[in-house]
Amino acid sequence: MHLFTLTAVEAAQALQRREISSVQLVRDIYDRIDNVEPQVRGFISLLSREEALAAAENVDRMLKQGVSLSPLAGIPMALKDNICTNGIPTTCASLILKGYRPPYDAHVTTALREAGAILIGKSNMDEFAMGSSTENSAYHLTCNPWDLQRVPGGSSGGSAALVAAGEVFFALGSDTGGSIRQPASFCGVVGLKPTYGLVSRYGLIAFASSLDQIGPLTRDVQDCAYVLEIIAGHDPRDSTSVSREKERYTAYLGKEIKGQRVALPVECFGEGLEKEIKELVMGALAKCTEVGVSVYEASAPSTAYALPAYYLVAPAEASSNLARYDGIQYGLSIRSGSNLLDLYYATRSKGFGAEVKRRIMLGTYALSSGYYDAYYLKALKMRTLIRQEFESIFKDHDFIVTPTSPTVAFKIGEQKDDPLTMYLNDIYTITANLCGFPAISIPCGFVEGMPVGLQVIGRPFDEGRMLQFCYVLESLLGLKGRLAEMKLKEE
Amino acid sequence: MPAAYEVIIGLEVHVELHTTSKMFCACPNRFGAEPNTNTCPVCLGLPGSLPVFNKNALELALRAALALNCRVNRYSRFARKNYFYPDLPKAYQISQYEFPLAAHGQLAVYKNRELLRNVKIERLHLEEDAGKLLHDEGQAYSYVDYNRCGVPLVEIVTGPDLRSPEEARIFLETLRRTLLYTRISDCKMEEGSLRCDANISLRPWGSETLGQKVEIKNMNSFKAVQRGLEYEVKRQAEILDRGGRINQETRRWHEDKGMTDEMRSKEGEQDYRYFPEPDLPPVIVEDSLLTRIGTELPELPLPRYRRLLAEYGLTPYQAEIITGDRDLADFYEETVRIYYEPQKAANWLLGDVLKLFKQFPGAIKQSPFTPLHLAQLLKLVDGEQISGRTAKEVLEESFNSGKMPELIVREKSLGQISESHELEKVVDTVLRENGAAVRDYREGHKKAVTFLMGSVMKATGGKANPQLVIALLEEKLAKIGE
Amino acid sequence: MKISRKEVEHVAALARLAFSPEEVELFTRQFNDILDYINKLNEIDLEDVEPTSHVQPLHTVLREDEAVPGDSALLEAVLREAPETENGFFKVPPVID
Repeated sequence: MHLFTLTAVEAAQALQRREISSVQLVRDIYDRIDNVEPQVRGFISLLSREEALAAAENVDRMLKQGVSLSPLAGIPMALKDNICTNGIPTTCASLILKGYRPPYDAHVTTALREAGAILIGKSNMDEFAMGSSTENSAYHLTCNPWDLQRVPGGSSGGSAALVAAGEVFFALGSDTGGSIRQPASFCGVVGLKPTYGLVSRYGLIAFASSLDQIGPLTRDVQDCAYVLEIIAGHDPRDSTSVSREKERYTAYLGKEIKGQRVALPVECFGEGLEKEIKELVMGALAKCTEVGVSVYEASAPSTAYALPAYYLVAPAEASSNLARYDGIQYGLSIRSGSNLLDLYYATRSKGFGAEVKRRIMLGTYALSSGYYDAYYLKALKMRTLIRQEFESIFKDHDFIVTPTSPTVAFKIGEQKDDPLTMYLNDIYTITANLCGFPAISIPCGFVEGMPVGLQVIGRPFDEGRMLQFCYVLESLLGLKGRLAEMKLKEE
Repeated sequence: MPAAYEVIIGLEVHVELHTTSKMFCACPNRFGAEPNTNTCPVCLGLPGSLPVFNKNALELALRAALALNCRVNRYSRFARKNYFYPDLPKAYQISQYEFPLAAHGQLAVYKNRELLRNVKIERLHLEEDAGKLLHDEGQAYSYVDYNRCGVPLVEIVTGPDLRSPEEARIFLETLRRTLLYTRISDCKMEEGSLRCDANISLRPWGSETLGQKVEIKNMNSFKAVQRGLEYEVKRQAEILDRGGRINQETRRWHEDKGMTDEMRSKEGEQDYRYFPEPDLPPVIVEDSLLTRIGTELPELPLPRYRRLLAEYGLTPYQAEIITGDRDLADFYEETVRIYYEPQKAANWLLGDVLKLFKQFPGAIKQSPFTPLHLAQLLKLVDGEQISGRTAKEVLEESFNSGKMPELIVREKSLGQISESHELEKVVDTVLRENGAAVRDYREGHKKAVTFLMGSVMKATGGKANPQLVIALLEEKLAKIGE
Repeated sequence: MKISRKEVEHVAALARLAFSPEEVELFTRQFNDILDYINKLNEIDLEDVEPTSHVQPLHTVLREDEAVPGDSALLEAVLREAPETENGFFKVPPVID
């Protein structure tokens, strides 16, 4: 049996029982990478086998010595390339940060390192996390392991594809408007965007600071709970990180969900949603009713305005966050001109791709003198309305369920030149970011052989019960931990 | 100064807060380190780094707000001010915009102890400092040092209330004294911990509308503020006299050339695209915090000046000098607490003691000479245990060594000889050895007693109690004459 | 609200981005499409709605005023990433005010 087919928890348990070693896991993963990575291309940078093996040997030694390690010690994983790794290139898939080695680790990098997880590489993404297909990477495309002609989604497309292809046991992504959940949905894996403030953003290269959250992409719900347990928690270096008791998310798994109340916002099941996807989501919910869950229709009319609000708030913050890439301290620096302005223009114009420039422009415009009230301020007010609507639904419902994406993974190149259509990919996912709510996507079936995701949105810091709900749903649907079936060069 | 126009000046003052660490990271807030050595991912604005607000910066800013009689806003928040410049590594400055920490304050400004004006403080807000850009003229490169980046600042904006360059300078000096008093900043203009830009406009006397204002930057000393503005008054008046129009622009003062020149015009004005800083939650100042800061606020120079006049009967001159420096005033009041002779204490403090303090390299508080030392010294003088002259010697010694005056007097046997039988012996010897002077005296040259007195003092090493010596001499000389 | 080529050029200058005339043309068109969509927000009366700048109930998050000296290894790594340095300074082309 190939070890890469195990879930992270299965592999970890085998490790703890000393049936296998971390070195074996790493070897098996690298063999798998050698086999499928040329087709998937999910990594932007890959650590050498030797480096990863050295880390694995270290974990094996400690296990042998009886040192008590975290449940994910010795498990190979990947980090999205916007998560800082000390001395290891972190480029955000942008030319402007080509070869950039941060001098420090992100909070989540440290947390996983301390937990003994083995970093294998950095995953591909849309440049600065702006996009829904990973086609905006300045380096290369990533293909959907379920169909190499299709995109893996984005912006955490590399992370999702690597998990689905069995190249890592889990990965971290970041989610600003759906960037974990949409690729999870497209690649048939589990992706969680935690409550804003649950996971420290320290060391996450910002796209839109008030919306960004780091979260896990995993083979199943159980893995998701284990990873979340490691990365969640207060970090004094992030002022928006919330100080609260550490929760044991894994303790929620396996509990009944009888009596829980689910709301379906009618606005998320109307125009633009593929019929087959709607049927799959409804079918999944029908199964829930069999175990005592009640499903209600609800209405959140403001969600129709979530996308326009999002496309003001996110670009505005991005225009400011990305202003620091100016060729002075690090990264690309084009110094052929004669003065500072030349340096700024040349570096930024060459270093950023079209979509990033488009959003910087949009955001700069929305904040500029005379337009702030007309655009940015309105978007912030819309944010209030949407949140109020969702909060009122949460008064008498536990969860809100929607499709994760209106479509399955589309063909590479299909939406490339049409920004607005591309933006519509996020239509169901952005509300959770605008409100700071947690949301998770789990596989709920297939349309034409492509995976479909179902999204569960919860109350702030209700990740435990969301995982509990999804764990039951996952087993009802029988879709736990399926890897993409890939035609391989050789096996 | 041309009298045809009324001068209207408003100031924007930046003050670095005297914290241990920077505003949003733990790097030391220290002037003069090697380039870029006081930096970390946060103040370098490295991708992924995040700010965390320094509690002490908040408290010092609140103290400043209270010292300037501002209304503190219960809710305030940070905003990003976006602009590109190499000394600003994030390409935005974390500042405050729509919701500043405090507003609506005022500061009374006096000249020669007469109230000139109550100057309005329009707002007081927190922001981070930028780094430093070094460029020598004609060089092909500029050099950036980020050590100052992220040092906490308050920006204090006055109303257009000042009516002359001199008033502007005096306001700034008053502000500096207030901020030093409250230990908010070390206010060193030469190190840039106090910086001042000015908006200045002219209008015909009696006009209700304001003239076109011009912003003046780069005035790096109190003197420069006054000179720069005086130049600008003249420049603008000449333009107006010719019937010309003042351009809306920012001008830079050149201290060496004694003139201002254009830095940027209105067209070059920036669009800062302020928006709420998402990385920092809003700041809510609870009443309890504000009350505590208020309680901890020291008595400010002006009320203290008034109290010193009333309580100790000091002259305005004495009170002004003493309250001009909080350490000196504290020293004075502590001395008087132990030694209640306010006038004598003031005379000594403002005389010999102040001279020594001025030579002392550190702050008054760090000097080994304390109010206890001074009080003891004055008591020795009062008790006639030492003479005034000896006291000065003891003071200097005590200042240098930190030894208590009594100990010095004892160790060096400087004590005044007040025992009359001991002195009598000396007087007898002197009279015996100076027959000529005695004769002179008896012949009516009464001044000869001064010579004899000098001889006694010399014989006792200056320790003899002069009153006693005179009395003894007169007594003995009278006897000889009988 | 429509955005003109001239405004696009102004915004580009604010963002320190340079575009060819063709790119400006394309951007102006895409911009207007996106703005049309965004202008949907005008359908709603938001007059009396409070803006949400921060989604969390957090406020006044503070750290103690304690200093940690600069880390020389970190500074070394930082300077290594820099395009040009000299004597511990970052070197930049001349600033023209």
